[in-house]
Amino acid sequence: MPDQHLIKKSIHYRKNIVRYIYHANAGHTGGSLSCIDILNVLYNYVMNVNPENFDSPDRDRYIQSKGHSVEALFVVLADKGFFPEMDLETLCKYNSHYIGHPTRKVRGVEHNTGALGHGLPVSVGVAIGAKLGEKNFRVFTLLGDGELPEGSNWEAALTAAHYGLDNLCAIVDYNKLQITGRTSEVCNTDPIDTKFESFGWTVRHVDGHDIDALKACFDALPFVKGKPNLIIADTVKGKGISFMENQLKWHHGVPDEKQYADALTELDVASTTVPDDFEL
Amino acid sequence: MSTIIEHGSNVGTSGKANLEVFSYTLQELASNDKSIIVVTSDSRGSGKLTPFGQKYPKQIVEIGIAEQNLVGVAAGLASTGKKVFAVSPACFLTARALEQIKNDVAYSDNAVKLIGISAGVSYGALGTTHHSLHDYAVMRAINNMIIVAPADNFETAHAIIKAAECHHPVYLRFGKKPMPHLKNETENDFQFGKARVIRRGGDVTFIGTGETVYPSLQAAEKLSDQNIEAMVISMHTVKPLDYELLASVAANGKPIVTVEEHMIFGGLGEACASFLLQNGYTNPFKIVGIPDEYTVTGSQNEIFAHYGMTPDGLAGTAVKLLQRSGVNKL
Repeated sequence: MPDQHLIKKSIHYRKNIVRYIYHANAGHTGGSLSCIDILNVLYNYVMNVNPENFDSPDRDRYIQSKGHSVEALFVVLADKGFFPEMDLETLCKYNSHYIGHPTRKVRGVEHNTGALGHGLPVSVGVAIGAKLGEKNFRVFTLLGDGELPEGSNWEAALTAAHYGLDNLCAIVDYNKLQITGRTSEVCNTDPIDTKFESFGWTVRHVDGHDIDALKACFDALPFVKGKPNLIIADTVKGKGISFMENQLKWHHGVPDEKQYADALTELDVASTTVPDDFEL
Repeated sequence: MSTIIEHGSNVGTSGKANLEVFSYTLQELASNDKSIIVVTSDSRGSGKLTPFGQKYPKQIVEIGIAEQNLVGVAAGLASTGKKVFAVSPACFLTARALEQIKNDVAYSDNAVKLIGISAGVSYGALGTTHHSLHDYAVMRAINNMIIVAPADNFETAHAIIKAAECHHPVYLRFGKKPMPHLKNETENDFQFGKARVIRRGGDVTFIGTGETVYPSLQAAEKLSDQNIEAMVISMHTVKPLDYELLASVAANGKPIVTVEEHMIFGGLGEACASFLLQNGYTNPFKIVGIPDEYTVTGSQNEIFAHYGMTPDGLAGTAVKLLQRSGVNKL
């Protein structure tokens, strides 16, 4: 039985991503839409983190290395109750904490990101901290496929395997597009799986928009005891809004009034296909 | 801590390298505090941390030669509540890993203690790749960063203790040359941002930091033979600067000479000059450091000598400044 509740949440999140980007007249639409199902499953199914336990040293950690997809993170954190959703109306406005990349000024954000290639090393440090402190929490980090050429990722990949960090799970939002063009044409990082495997990681592939497949994949953690985990989530940039899907211009394109209305309409239609007896 | 008091008690006698005091102090701290974690980039030997690693194998994390990763991992570790000392040669730490320092440490406010070893031109003839003559400048330009260059063993030990207690990022840099005890300390009063007056005198003031304080003190002693009394200040904290002391020193209008093992751009001298000029002090002023050129080759001592950072060189600079300002006591 598919998880209709989370499927419905994803639609709600997609609407909010588009809504707040439209109001801010700024944002990274395509990448937020490609990773939102992953964040949905992490925050609503996998991780033990919420506004009540956020100051607890035992909480699970999420570090978003691809910081530019901050709108996805903000709408999920708002939904989790870390802050009132209406705060997002100040997105990218003067003196707002809700800027175009994650910042710890926003409750629920673990680490300030935005410059690429930072999430994995920091997550490795968190995972080592957990091991040293004999804590059972886990750390999840979301990487963009476009940021994999940053050498710091590979430095951290070595360290993660060296210390057998099976409490670390990196997820690649494999949407295959970056600002200049197709990732395979900008700097080909394929195949990602065998590269990480050769570094000593265990790698699994999953459809990054299939809620139930994502749940099953995370349920299998750690894939192999004593090895760090990589999930390559096959995704579509701009997913859920047909005219944005797989279109380079929606990397940081902002919808105009008509596009905004069309996007909401399309998401409303999608919503009607999900059984209605699930309260958000 | 008994060792700290010892370090200040034998003025004029030869002390240890600040690097060794760092290692020793850290071992003492770690003996009572399991949250102290050292992170190294194949630098435990050059950081004198081999004994630390032997004594506390669970409190040292080896990263290998990967400075960006070193700092990123250190930030993550610090976020889990560890008191993290990230140790690497200052030249690599503050250049290669600068973005990690800016974002993962300073901006994210992870209280990593960044330890730049063999700083300045300590590596001497190993050349420019191994010199850190840019680190004050770049670290000063980053918000939320305390910058400390201890002059002697007393300052080093205290700086390490204060850094361990500090809930915010700290950058500490020092060399590996044995440093003499500069001043008898009856009280263990050491604070970041509070400069230490090493010698009093009313004719001219030397403001040094790190390993340049000692030649400044020697210069002051030479000047004393010529009936010129120099004040010597150890501005161990380059940021935040001790503005109060700076203002009180400048109030007499006498010449000020700053001395740093750093390029003359963006370091201690320009920090002092900026404060003084913007607050109406127009004392005769000279920044002594490494000029904007291909740095001369040689040992640390030879490089210091080449650029006038010796007792004679600094005394000469002070005399010239006094002459230029019409205060010729000769």
